[in-house]
Amino acid sequence: MLMRDSIGDDVLLDVRDLETHFYGEESVTRALGGISFQVKKGETVGVVGESGCGKSVTALSILRLLPKLNAKTVGGEVRFQGRDLLQLSDREMRQIRGDQIAMIFQDPMTSLNPVYTVGRQIAEAVQIHTNASRSDAMAKAKEMLRLVRMADPERRVNSYPHEMSGGMRQRAMIAMALACSPELLIADEPTTALDVTIQAQILRLIVDLKERTGTAVMLITHDLGVVAETCQRVIVMYAGRIVEQATVTDLFARPAHPYTQGLMRSVPDRRRGRQRRLPEIPGIVPSLREPIVGCSFAPRCPFATGICSEQTPILHDVEPGHAAACWRAEEVVGA
Amino acid sequence: MAAYVLRRLISAIAVMAMVGIFVFLLLRLAAGDPAAVIGGDTATEEMIAGIREQLGLNDPLPVQFVRWALSVLGGDLGTSIFARQPVLELILQRLEPTISLSILTITLSVTVGVSFGILAAWRTGGLADRMLTAFATLGFSVPVFVVGFFMIYWFAIRTGLLPVQGYRPIEHSLKPWLVHLILPTVTLSVPYIAYIARIARASVLEVLSEDYMRTAAAKGASSYSMLFHHALKNAGAPILTVIGLSFAGLISGVVITETVFNIPGVGRLVVDAVNNRDYPVIQGVLLLGSGLYVLINLVVDLSYTLVDPRIRY
Amino acid sequence: MILSAPVEYVPAGRLRIADLSRLAKRHPLVAVGGGLLALLIVLAFAAPLYAGDPLNMDPFARLQPPSAGVWFGSDNLGRDVFARTVFGARISLIVGLTSAAGAALGGLLIGIIAGYVRSFDNIIMRVMDALMSIPTILLAIALISLTGPGIAILIVAITIVQLPSVTRLVRSVALSVRERPYVEAAVCGGARLPKVLWRHILPSTIPALMVQCAIVCAEAILIEAGLSFLGIGVPPEIPSWGNMISSSRLYLSIAPLTVFAPGICLAVTVLAVNLLGDGLRDLFDPRAKRRR
Repeated sequence: MLMRDSIGDDVLLDVRDLETHFYGEESVTRALGGISFQVKKGETVGVVGESGCGKSVTALSILRLLPKLNAKTVGGEVRFQGRDLLQLSDREMRQIRGDQIAMIFQDPMTSLNPVYTVGRQIAEAVQIHTNASRSDAMAKAKEMLRLVRMADPERRVNSYPHEMSGGMRQRAMIAMALACSPELLIADEPTTALDVTIQAQILRLIVDLKERTGTAVMLITHDLGVVAETCQRVIVMYAGRIVEQATVTDLFARPAHPYTQGLMRSVPDRRRGRQRRLPEIPGIVPSLREPIVGCSFAPRCPFATGICSEQTPILHDVEPGHAAACWRAEEVVGA
Repeated sequence: MAAYVLRRLISAIAVMAMVGIFVFLLLRLAAGDPAAVIGGDTATEEMIAGIREQLGLNDPLPVQFVRWALSVLGGDLGTSIFARQPVLELILQRLEPTISLSILTITLSVTVGVSFGILAAWRTGGLADRMLTAFATLGFSVPVFVVGFFMIYWFAIRTGLLPVQGYRPIEHSLKPWLVHLILPTVTLSVPYIAYIARIARASVLEVLSEDYMRTAAAKGASSYSMLFHHALKNAGAPILTVIGLSFAGLISGVVITETVFNIPGVGRLVVDAVNNRDYPVIQGVLLLGSGLYVLINLVVDLSYTLVDPRIRY
Repeated sequence: MILSAPVEYVPAGRLRIADLSRLAKRHPLVAVGGGLLALLIVLAFAAPLYAGDPLNMDPFARLQPPSAGVWFGSDNLGRDVFARTVFGARISLIVGLTSAAGAALGGLLIGIIAGYVRSFDNIIMRVMDALMSIPTILLAIALISLTGPGIAILIVAITIVQLPSVTRLVRSVALSVRERPYVEAAVCGGARLPKVLWRHILPSTIPALMVQCAIVCAEAILIEAGLSFLGIGVPPEIPSWGNMISSSRLYLSIAPLTVFAPGICLAVTVLAVNLLGDGLRDLFDPRAKRRR
C-alpha cells in the first residue's frame, strides 16, 4: 500500500500533543502525556493497548466528553478539518458531535437510554442536526436500521433497548452514529462486550459501512487480531503515550517497539494450537500518578539499557511511515 | 399486568379493612356508649336503652362492625354529635379550601422541587447544590407553623403585601382566592420542596453517570435535552414514589397550615372535632384521609409502567 | 471525602479527648449535631438554676418588650418568655427522646420477629401498612382523643405513629441478614431462635437503626410541637414550645418574640437532631455521602 504524504488536504483529524489529566483527592493522573497522530479521510486507524493505556481517554478528549468533575484536557490541539476542537464553544462542539464526529461505545447494554425506543433515539440524532420533522426523522431511523441489517426494522424501530439482544443493540448504536453521515466514526471497543460470533458480524458491518459511506474510522481495541482484519494503520499506546505507529503490514512484519512485540507474542495463534502457554509481558503498568522518568516501558523491557531509565524516548521514524518511541528501535526491529 | 393490578387492589382493600377495624374500635373505646352520647345529658335510662335497641348496640361487636362498614361503604359516615349534621356533608362543605391548598402546594413543590434538584445534580458542588443542601437541612427542621408565622410577620404584618389570614371562595372571584392562598401554599410547600429536591437530586445524579447519558452527549444533545428528557425520565420512578408518598400524607401539614392561617377547611374541622369530642367527625376524616393515601399509593405504583417501559408486571 | 478510611470506633472503656477530636474532624456533622443536642439537654434540665418561674403571671407586665429583667419579653399573661422557652425545651426533649426510644425498641422487636419468623411477617406488615396509611397527625389525633390531652398519651401516640417506619427498616435488614451464611451456620449448628436473633441478627440492624432513631426523634419533636400548637398535645398549663406559639399567635404583630423565641428554639433542636442523623449516616455508610 502507498503511504501518502503525512501533511495534506486529506488529513481529517490532526491531534497534536494532546494532554489530559484526571484529578483525584490528592493526586493528578496524567492519563494522556502529550500524544500526536493523524487520521486521513476515509481511513481506518486502529488504536491498540492494554486497558488503562489512554485509548478511551483519547477518544473522549477529542469529543470533549470527559467527566467534567475530575478530568481536563490541559494541553495540545485537536484539529478537525482545520478547526481546533478544543477552542470551540460548547454550542459549536455540540454541532460537531453526532454530525461530523460520531462515537460508538463499548457496552451496548448500557449505552442506550432504556426509556426511549431505539427508533426515537436514532431519530433524535437526526433531529438535532437537521430540521427534519419527527416523522421524517423516524423514517430516516428505519432506513438506518435497514442499513445496519437489523432484522425486521419496521418493528424494531419501536422496540425498547431491553427488548433486544446485545448484537442488535450495537447495530442500533451504529445506526445512530451513522445517521448523520459523519466524517469520522470513533468506535471504542465496539465488540468487546459481545459474544464471539456476534463480534465478527459487527466488525464486518463496520468495515462494510465504512466502504460504502467513506467515513474515516478510529477503531479502539485491545485486540491486535481485530486490527489486522480491519485497519489500514495502527497506533500502539502504552501508559498514556503513543509508542508505535505504522501501517498494519509494517507493524505486523517489523514491530519496532518491544511493547508491540510483547503484545504480538501474547496473541493466540491458531496455527500453533494449544501447544504452549502464551508468553505474557512481565511486570506491571507504571502508575501515572507519579511523573515517569525515562521510558515508561523500561522496567518491563528486555532491551532496556541505561539511557532508557533516564531519558524519555521520542517518537521517530524507523522507516518511512513507521515510527516508534524507543531508544533501541532499530535493533528491536531486527530482533 | 392484570394479575398485578388485581393483587395490588386486593392488598389495598385489605389495608383499608384494617384501617376500618381500627377506626371502628377507636370510636367504641373513646366515645364510650354511643347511645348515651346521642341521648345527651337529659336522657333517661329508658331513653338510652331505647336508642341502644334502635341502633343495634346490643348485637355482638363483629355484627356491629359489619353493619357499620356497610353503611360507610354506602356513603354514610354517621352524624356529627356537635353539628347534628351528616359527617359526609360537613366534610364536603369544608372540602374546597383544603383541596385548593393541596393542589396549589403540590403544583408549587413539584415544579420547584424537581427543577431545584435537577439543577443541583447538574452542577454538583455548585451554587444551586450548596443552596439545596442548606435549604433541605432547614426545610426539614423548621416546623410548618413556625415558617407560617415568619411568613405572616414579614409578608403580611410588616410589609402588608399579602393578607394575614383567612380564605375567599374561588367561585366569588379568582384573585382574592389566590392572594389569600399564597402564604399558606408557600408555607406548606417548604418541607415538600426540600424533600422532593433532595430525592430528585440523588436520582438524577445517579442517572447522570450512566453510559447512555454519554451517548446522548456524543449525539450532540443539548444540556437541556439531556437533563429534562434523558435524565429526568430515567430518574422518574423514585421521584414519582416520593411525590406520591408525601402527598398522600399531605393532610397532616394541611391541618396545621389551616390552623395557622385560619382557613375553614377539613383540617380545622378535625381539630374542632377533637376539642368538641365529636367522634363521628374524627372517624370520618380519618377514613377519608387513609382512603386517599391508599388510593394515591395504588395510582403511583400502577403509573410506573408509564414512566419506565422496563417495568412489566 | 470520597475514599474515607474505615470507620474508627472509639475504644471501649476509655474515652480520650484525642479520639473525640478525631471523630469531630472526620465527621463534623456528628460533632456539631451531637454537641448542640448535648448543650440543649444540659440547658433544658439545668433550667431551674438560672431561669425564673415560667408559670408566674404578672398582670401589670403583659407583652413587655425584651429587657434586662425579661430577656425575651413577657407574654399576654405577663409570664417570662425566656423562662417559658427554657422550660419548654424539657417537654420537647422528653417527648422527643422517649418516643424515639419507644419506637426504636418496639420497632426493633417487632421488625426482627417479622423479618425472621416468617409466619408472623404477613400479619405484622399488613398492620404496619394500615398504621402507615393513616396520616401522621390524624393518627396521633385519634389516639389522643381516646383519653384527652396529656403527656403520657402523647408519648404513646407518637411512638405508635413512628412504629411502622422503624419496623419496616429493621425487618428489611433482618430479612437480608438471615440469608447470610453465618446465620445459616448458626441455625444448622443448633442455635435456638432467641439466640440467633440476639447474637446474629440484632447487631447488624444497629447502624441503620441509630440513623433512623435520629430521624424518628426529629419527627417526634415536630409532631409534639404540632399537636400542642393545635391545642391537643401537651396540656395548656405546662409550658411547651407548641403551646407557647399557640397562645401567643394573636399577639404576633405586637410581640413577635413570644412566637419566634420558642419557634427558633424548636427549629434549632430539630436541626441538631437532623444533623446528628445525617452525620451518623455518613459515618456508617461513607458511600452515601456522595450521593446525598
